[in-house]
Amino acid sequence: MSVLARPRGPFDAFSRWANHNRKWVLAAPAMVFVALLIIFPVGWTLYLSLTDASGSVRAESEFIGLENYFDVLTDTERFWPAVLRTAAFTGGALLFEMGLGMCIALLLWRPFRGEKWVRVAILLPLVATPVAVGMMWRLIFEPNIGFANQMLSWFGIPAQPWLSGQTTALPTLIFIDIWQWTPMVVLILLAGLTSLSDEPDEAARVDGATAWQRFWYVTFPLIMPTFITAILLRGIDALKTFDILYATKGKGGGSFHEVETLNVYAYGLSFDYNDYGVSSTVLIIFFLMIIGCIWLLTIRKKRSNS
Amino acid sequence: MKKHSSIRVAGVVTAAALAAATLVSCSSTSGDEGSDVLNVTLANHVWTDIVKEALPEFEEETGIKVTLTQLGEDQLSDQYNVKLNAGTDEIDVMMYRPLQEGKLFAQNGYLAEISDSVGENAEWDWDDFQAGPVGATTFEGEVVGVPIITEREVLYYRKDLLEAAGLEVPTTLEELEEAAETIAAANPGIAGFVARTGVSAAVTQFSSFLHSSGGDFFDEDGNATLDTKEARKAYELYGRLIREHGPENVSTDMSWPEAMAIFTQGNAAFYTEADSLYKNAADPANSTVSETVGFAQFPAGDEGSRAYNVPSWALGINAASSNYDNAWKFIEWATSKEKTLEIQQAGVPGPRTSVWEDPAGVETYPADLAEAILASAETGVGYDRPLVISVAEAREIVGAPIVTSITGGDLDAAIAAAQAKFQEFLDEENE
Repeated sequence: MSVLARPRGPFDAFSRWANHNRKWVLAAPAMVFVALLIIFPVGWTLYLSLTDASGSVRAESEFIGLENYFDVLTDTERFWPAVLRTAAFTGGALLFEMGLGMCIALLLWRPFRGEKWVRVAILLPLVATPVAVGMMWRLIFEPNIGFANQMLSWFGIPAQPWLSGQTTALPTLIFIDIWQWTPMVVLILLAGLTSLSDEPDEAARVDGATAWQRFWYVTFPLIMPTFITAILLRGIDALKTFDILYATKGKGGGSFHEVETLNVYAYGLSFDYNDYGVSSTVLIIFFLMIIGCIWLLTIRKKRSNS
Repeated sequence: MKKHSSIRVAGVVTAAALAAATLVSCSSTSGDEGSDVLNVTLANHVWTDIVKEALPEFEEETGIKVTLTQLGEDQLSDQYNVKLNAGTDEIDVMMYRPLQEGKLFAQNGYLAEISDSVGENAEWDWDDFQAGPVGATTFEGEVVGVPIITEREVLYYRKDLLEAAGLEVPTTLEELEEAAETIAAANPGIAGFVARTGVSAAVTQFSSFLHSSGGDFFDEDGNATLDTKEARKAYELYGRLIREHGPENVSTDMSWPEAMAIFTQGNAAFYTEADSLYKNAADPANSTVSETVGFAQFPAGDEGSRAYNVPSWALGINAASSNYDNAWKFIEWATSKEKTLEIQQAGVPGPRTSVWEDPAGVETYPADLAEAILASAETGVGYDRPLVISVAEAREIVGAPIVTSITGGDLDAAIAAAQAKFQEFLDEENE
């Protein structure tokens, strides 16, 4: 059998080279994409965080090393309270959303009459724009003419400060977040539940397990991976919540910074104070915190998967 | 395995397409040298509405096509921060707040110097502009903006409530407090006094209380003066008026829309606010008290009535714009004597002396408001917030004791904290 010799040329050389390195060639566009849209901005932010850039990003700035990091990490007036608020907001919202989401998902799991309508109704908050949601709740919680206080007055309960109170604002915002995002958790968990096979549950039933036992020892462990995925997705989202906080309380998270989370703080630093160096520092620290949380959760997820 | 690699290929192709799209969009910035398309960025304001309507007139006259971007105050500020920082030439004419951002923008070199242009046209007449506003748009001896809207703090009040209580219009801050107390006691559900309560929002309105009491934010040597007895008196008074005679469940987040709403819904007897917002209270479409609203000069304190008299907005030219000549043509047109008169008649107080002296310039204003404006223009103070580079930060610092005072917290501690913090802030800025 004879093989025809193909003419050799530069294209051929390239083609052989490309063939040889195909895993790099094929991945190159994706790598360029990542470099452009992720590594560059993060790198630039990292650089800014090591300078005293303020006023204008283009203005001359001095390289000051880790001074910003020292300042920010020792700032007990704005930074650490903001960290605590971010943690409280995320933790509070996540706890209720997962619990409530699990309950609702279990209720919707088995088919029933009018199921479709109930599902649509539950999904409604999810499709609303967060800023519009913020505006809406701001009106409802308006201390003088808002619906919330009017409703309380029907039961003879005195008016509450809701969003305007120093101690009530954050819990009220957690409530709004729960209202808006529990449906997403329901959606994810429901998808997990409906993909389960019936056999383990039936077997447990035959063995005489109570409903609670069946849930706790059979269903819950089975949907654990889905559950952790939901925590992961919702947790990251809650951590970086900005819109409803800004729409309801404005700059600085209110007059006493009562709902100022890390995001709101960083936004204020760059857009109100034009303190780009410090703002970048806060963002880098925040970024590391989020990476840390995701890392912890993915380890947990891998364990439960195996 | 086969399935996996096809997914991977699809992923790579998508990523490549996205990356290509990014590159393409990066390279498509346009550079139009002195083009006849002028990019104008304006804030949502009555002024803008009137100018927008008259734009065809300008376009026909000059053959310049105006592309208008209109944004809310906060969004506008954020846009400038992002775009001017990036050195954009996509903005030619920009509406900005001289007292809030003027110093920062001028220092960063965002605003083109227009000193030569303002002097060129005698008919347009730069000398006609009031000195206070002009001072605020001048940076290190160079003119960088043309003032378009001015404002002073005046007292809004309900004539009917005052009459029913048999009281005269208060002319001093003490009388104001007494009247607020009397009326609130006689009319359950109606507050005696309302004003802004948000930490930053309140600062501008508080400034008239501060100046009228003889205080200031800082002295000539750059030392903070928030802990003087005059300043303390002003903090105490502003807070007490709202705490004791204000609306029942008062929040500490109110800016003018919220405070104005309380007044225009008939739930407050007195309200101190900028005169440029008077239409909100006097227009029956927005206000249930339009029939009974009265206006008076800001009540006098120990130092007399020293309300602010400031330019709230000005027009500037982006230093990076390649369309300077057309941008200046637009500014000249929008700030001409005729246009200023027209806009002022529609309810937006302007910066031109000749228009204020012209009876036609005030004939559309309620007589008592016109009187109050003219009176406070004479004794007015040229600023309503600390004139520093980072105004937003300074406002939060000097505003903190206001909010503490409103909520009835430890005012002395709040003032001491604000004084120390503000001094540190000033030292840093003056370095």
